[in-house]
Amino acid sequence: MSLLEVRHLAKSFGAVKVADDLSFMLEKGAALGVIGPNGAGKSSMFHLIGGSLKPGAGQILLDGADITALRPEQRCRAGIARTFQVPQPFSKMTVFENLLVPSAFGAGAAEPDGDRYCVQVLEQTGLLRKANQPAGTLTLLERKRLELARALAARPRLLLLDEIAGGLTEHETAQLVETIKEINRSGTAIIWIEHIVHALTAVVQRLMVINFGAKVADGSPGEVMGSTIVKRIYMGIEVA
Amino acid sequence: MDFQVERGGRASKNAAITLLIVLSALTAGPYWLNAGHQSVLMEIFYFLALAQLWNLMAGFAGVVSLGQQAFVGIGGYTLFAAIAWWGIPPLVALALAGIVGLLVALPVVHMVFRLQGAYLAIGTWVVAEVLGLGVSQIESLGAGSGMSLPIEVADSIEIAFIDRDGVLYLGALFLLVTGNLCAYGLLRSRFGLALTAIRDNESAAAASGVDCKRVKLVVYLATALGTSLLGALIYLTKFRISPAAAFDINWTSYIIFIVVIGGVGTLEGPIVGTIVFFLLREYLADTGTWYLVILGLLSVAIMLKWPAGIWGSIAKRFDLKLFPTGRRLRVSDREL
Ligand SMILES: Nc1ncnc2c1ncn2[C@@H]1O[C@H](COP(=O)(O)OP(=O)(O)OP(=O)(O)O)[C@@H](O)[C@H]1O
Ligand SMILES: [Mg+2]
Repeated sequence: MSLLEVRHLAKSFGAVKVADDLSFMLEKGAALGVIGPNGAGKSSMFHLIGGSLKPGAGQILLDGADITALRPEQRCRAGIARTFQVPQPFSKMTVFENLLVPSAFGAGAAEPDGDRYCVQVLEQTGLLRKANQPAGTLTLLERKRLELARALAARPRLLLLDEIAGGLTEHETAQLVETIKEINRSGTAIIWIEHIVHALTAVVQRLMVINFGAKVADGSPGEVMGSTIVKRIYMGIEVA
Repeated sequence: MDFQVERGGRASKNAAITLLIVLSALTAGPYWLNAGHQSVLMEIFYFLALAQLWNLMAGFAGVVSLGQQAFVGIGGYTLFAAIAWWGIPPLVALALAGIVGLLVALPVVHMVFRLQGAYLAIGTWVVAEVLGLGVSQIESLGAGSGMSLPIEVADSIEIAFIDRDGVLYLGALFLLVTGNLCAYGLLRSRFGLALTAIRDNESAAAASGVDCKRVKLVVYLATALGTSLLGALIYLTKFRISPAAAFDINWTSYIIFIVVIGGVGTLEGPIVGTIVFFLLREYLADTGTWYLVILGLLSVAIMLKWPAGIWGSIAKRFDLKLFPTGRRLRVSDREL
């Protein structure tokens, strides 16, 4: 049975379709990369999977169970954790406390055990030095890292990453890629939205392209990047 | 890796000692304060307690209610009704008032929680108005003109060698201290972690597994209970109640003023706010309506200039926390 199954998902804002008969599956522990032009509906897909946006039609299944009606907090507890493209830290809480929230309520960890795990995550994401700093004082790049750390603290089975590599140097990107690989190797399935394709392909075995809310390509990175439709979409972007 | 999670800090130890001394002195109040000072302090106590409750609900849980006067009124009237109709002893009637407030809040919460933001604020206000109008229809409670407590009842409020004023003063202090202790304990607990996360970012809290609606509900109900208890105590000290006064939106206006100028979303803020509020009242009492105009202008100015309030701005500048609710991480015995 697949970990995640998205069936004929549809959602529009007026005339704008952010999900158009979107269907795909993700196996346990797999890593899927998602690309597509600006405004294609990639983040909206995460809102739909995370539960903060209700679909107009379609279903979302986790481990074969229909979770379409579940609220965001219930989906987090069921094992789905996400980052926000525009970071949403708990600004007045410290970085460490930011992680304690999903650890306590998402993973349901008790204090000593949850605390230990959060410290590990801080170390893994390179935020340990910032542990006692209010999250509101972090730089944008640090906030993005906090998004990753906070999602990890919920101990998800499915991790949704929304453009967390933007603005990083080559070296930092390589580090991030290593971290994400490590997370994936430990058994966490990942869906990663990123415009930086070479970073994506360093991690994922599969790439999906979204345009106007619809899936236009889905397959191995080589296959997808070579397909004419993807070339056309990205050529269009370059010309514009 | 060795690590430790610390609660508290340097400032908080000194604050705790100072607080204990102040509280001891205040508890002995009936022996060394005259009736006038006791009554001013009593008012300070219950305004601070009311403000602290509103702060928990609005400042942390994000439920901005303009209708807390509903519970001041319900509490007060329950007390008067219990005494006048059934001759229940005042201190028992006080507890009853809290329970009735909670019972009224249960259906109200289901109505107003369907609303968001400004609509919720207005909804709570409308509910308070309706309750006030309802009470003013009850003949046996003096209808629109209200009622007074029988003098025997007033005289019955004394315990051993402490007189009536002393008992009421200590009652207000007791409610204030237990209320603050509860709020402090709550904020340090697991529930407090959720509440603080909601204060900072509700959608991120939900995405992190926090059931925001449940947290808000619990805080709203607890606030209703506490506000009703305080309402009962307030009107027990006044001996006279009327719908216009008990269900007056000014209760909530003053509370909001206190919280906003002191600092929303901290435990220290309302304490600072209450002190400022009473100082202003002391010095501006003779200016009549100007007093209200100045309060209004001041709160707008502070909201624009120091949105974190007086305490919030000072605390940020000097990294101060008198009542630490946070958790600091120490790794291998060094502070990070
Ligand atoms: N709440 C909303 N109301 C109306 N329109 C919306 C709403 N949310 C998103 N949109 C629109 O839906 C479209 C898809 O947005 P989305 O954020 O999913 O795109 P994206 O693929 O993540 O783009 P980007 O690469 O820029 O992050 C955009 O045109 C956006 O303006
Ligand atoms: Mg996006």
